[in-house]
Amino acid sequence: MEAEIRGILSEHARLPVDMGDLDNEADLYQAGMTSHASVSVMLALEDAFDIEFPESMLRKSTFESVSAISGALSSLVGAPAE
Amino acid sequence: MTSNAADRLAAEAARIGEEVAGPAADEVDRKARFPSEAMEALRSAQLLSVLVPTDLGGDGVSVGEVAEAVNLLARHCGSTAMVYAMHQMQVACLVRHGRTEVLRDYQRAIVDRQLLLASATTELGVGGDIRSSVCAVERRGGRFTLEKKAPVISYGESADGVLATARRSPDSPPSDQVLVLCTAPGLALEATSGWDTFGFRGTCSLGFSLKAEGDERQVLDDPFADIASRTMLPVSHILWSSVWLGLATAAVDRARRYVRTEARKNPGVTSPAAVRLSELMTVYQQMEALVHGAAATYDEVYDDLEILSGMGFAIALNGLKVSTSTLVVDIVGTALTICGIAGYREDSPYSMGRLLRDAYGAAVMVNNDRIIANNAQMLMVHKED
Repeated sequence: MEAEIRGILSEHARLPVDMGDLDNEADLYQAGMTSHASVSVMLALEDAFDIEFPESMLRKSTFESVSAISGALSSLVGAPAE
Repeated sequence: MTSNAADRLAAEAARIGEEVAGPAADEVDRKARFPSEAMEALRSAQLLSVLVPTDLGGDGVSVGEVAEAVNLLARHCGSTAMVYAMHQMQVACLVRHGRTEVLRDYQRAIVDRQLLLASATTELGVGGDIRSSVCAVERRGGRFTLEKKAPVISYGESADGVLATARRSPDSPPSDQVLVLCTAPGLALEATSGWDTFGFRGTCSLGFSLKAEGDERQVLDDPFADIASRTMLPVSHILWSSVWLGLATAAVDRARRYVRTEARKNPGVTSPAAVRLSELMTVYQQMEALVHGAAATYDEVYDDLEILSGMGFAIALNGLKVSTSTLVVDIVGTALTICGIAGYREDSPYSMGRLLRDAYGAAVMVNNDRIIANNAQMLMVHKED
């Protein structure tokens, strides 16, 4: 799951740094992800994992790191977090 | 205690609006000068610190209560109301997010010295996007320095302090921002452009080159992204909307007085102007309900960070700004049609000139297109629960 999340972030988060330089806990907003880019990330994640984020998850903290995204997705697809 | 403070705030705002801001409003507008007598009266009445919590010496009133005061001032002078509203937006940011001892001391100073705060969120080179900065805070040995080219700092020349956005550090990307309190003696502003505009002329929103230095604890702890979503954007939209509601109220009031005067000349006849007034009131009620509803909701969810950080809340508040900034132009325009030539004249008690020019600022000074685009982006993923 993390590899796929990282792939989506590389494509949609429009970060000025390489995803490979960021660990799973790194703050994506501090790394340069804008709120506009985070919406593209949300849409790509919904497509890739065939889920819909409920309104309660549509906030900045849900998408602040690879781990946070992974945790949110796990709760939606029912698989344990890796 | 708070309700006494809120009553006093409303009473004083109404009095200062009527006795001080209103009589000076035409001259403030004509000369595009700062409404100094009204701001001095607000200072004397200790109204600049009403949002500061009681444990720091303030009145601890709510944003909704400030919104009502803004509305009362705007009925008499749009520029005075705008300056007061923008000051309170900055204070609201300090109240929720200014946790360091230095920033708490500054809130006490706002009470003791009735300091006026301005805002430097826009910057040359970012195309009006306040969520992006070019300039960066540099920290060394417990001190910070900051240099910013700000195309607009409203009433910068009259302010005691400025809250400025900047990148967290020289290595940070444009979107990783902090908010910094810049104050005398470590604050220097050099005007780079003037302010000769259509409306809100008394806000004196000149461009400035800002240079600041000070204690690094003047940098607010929370990321600006959180300050913006929880405090700056909601409070701004609510207080701006309250300014515009005050303008709309003044226009409706003039139209009503005009229709009454005309009715006395032709008793028993319902004039076209009277019918228009009746239609105008339904639009005015919509605007009033939107503004009061948003203010009441914010007071209600003030401590609920989950709701404040949610996309649904941001979309609703953006919608408030877009709706009310459009409604105010409609309302003042219709009021002008009702008053006819009496409203068109600059020298009549029914004059709509300044109100209409101020009303157009609502959609332009903070551009609706950008806000609508932001909402369009969020609506891609947002669902109604």
